[in-house]
Amino acid sequence: MATWTWFHRLASPPHVYAFARRWTPWFGGFAALAMGAALYGGLVLAPEDYQQKDAFRMVYVHAPTAWLSLMIYTTMAVAAAVGLIWRMKVAHAAAAACAPVGAWFTVAALGTGMLWGKPMWGAYWVWDPRLTAELVLLFLYFGYMGLRAGIEDPVKADKASAVLAVVGVINVPIIKFSVEWWNSLHQTATVMQMGKPKMDFDMLWPLLLMFLAFALYFVAVLLIRLRAELLRRERNASWVREVLA
Amino acid sequence: MKTTPLAAARLVAMRDLRLAFRKPSQVIQPLMFFMIVATLFPLTLTPEMSRLRDAAPGVLWIGALLSSLLALEFLFRDDAVDGTLEQFALSGQSLTWMLFAKTCTHWMLTGLPLALSAPIAAAALGVSVGAMVGVVASLALGSFAMSLVGAIGAGLTLGARRGGVLLSLLTLPLAVPILIFGARATQLAITGGDIAPPMYLLGAIAVLGVTLAPLAAAAAVRIGLE
Repeated sequence: MATWTWFHRLASPPHVYAFARRWTPWFGGFAALAMGAALYGGLVLAPEDYQQKDAFRMVYVHAPTAWLSLMIYTTMAVAAAVGLIWRMKVAHAAAAACAPVGAWFTVAALGTGMLWGKPMWGAYWVWDPRLTAELVLLFLYFGYMGLRAGIEDPVKADKASAVLAVVGVINVPIIKFSVEWWNSLHQTATVMQMGKPKMDFDMLWPLLLMFLAFALYFVAVLLIRLRAELLRRERNASWVREVLA
Repeated sequence: MKTTPLAAARLVAMRDLRLAFRKPSQVIQPLMFFMIVATLFPLTLTPEMSRLRDAAPGVLWIGALLSSLLALEFLFRDDAVDGTLEQFALSGQSLTWMLFAKTCTHWMLTGLPLALSAPIAAAALGVSVGAMVGVVASLALGSFAMSLVGAIGAGLTLGARRGGVLLSLLTLPLAVPILIFGARATQLAITGGDIAPPMYLLGAIAVLGVTLAPLAAAAAVRIGLE
């Protein structure tokens, strides 16, 4: 069926390699543009928060990184499931390319959260449910990368880590719920409740634009890593020699 | 006549039980490890009973978790090395059912004895006798859920070098919910509260584990055997 050719092409490493090479500058370029505009909007145009003053501007990095850390884990699990179900090598390569990027986004979300926590909560680290769940997510990434590194045979490593990614993604909501339940029982008075205040539009649009910018940036980095991953995996194939000649 | 999946599972369980009775060290050693860990806490924290009682849920659960991780390493490893698992996979029987039987037997041989002997450690930490039923029940249910989750990790690390550390790295983040609800149930049992809510949640995790974990473990073992 003609409508499925795009899907079958996704299974061909040279095709995906060429696609990634063509599109990386576009995603990267638009990411840079959107990030520049969002930074200007967030740091200059947006008014300061009546309670948190300028410290609230951390949200423009913190929220998108936290959001992406979870989205990349989901992307990784979907790619891994596609690789398991349709035995698609490219999907396994994409899942492998996702993991380090996702782990770094998680570290960035934790780091910016700590920097934000110091002026707001008076401490770099509090056992807030969101921080704790993010930390467990980082450990899930470590487990995934550890399993991948621990198995010598690349085909086995792909499949085993794919099963782990799928199991992990089922577990993420349970972890999230349990951590919130745990924290509501041990809530201390020092933790300031961060409700969901209505955000002014002047504050909101740079945030949404920043989400877009980080997502585009993720795709650009993913495509670069995917190319490297494909070259490494297909190093004995003839198309690699042609591409690199 | 073809053996039914349940009959095959029963045979696997009987085999594992028989092996364990002939080599009891694999049952006793995790228990001894649990007792030693429980002894280390008074030495590092305080010998004062009232403060130990506050720490008791954490001590019991972390001890149980570490002990079950140690035991999980041998859930599939010996059978993978001598080719038994390969025969299971080739037998034409449902690997899912056989691994489920292995996991349940493993819990009967490690998790259940641990839960039953936990009152000794708990009493040493100043927990009153009235709380023991709750302590045993929460540890029994929690260790069952832990065995199911751990079976996936044990299957996945079959093909890996240095499987032990990796198994902990994979399993511990997945076990966070079990630890939270389980420790909460034990804490409520010690303070005389109603342990039903966390026990229900722990039971829900165990039920989810029963339905999904054997499938994932079978997939993982197949990959490891390829």
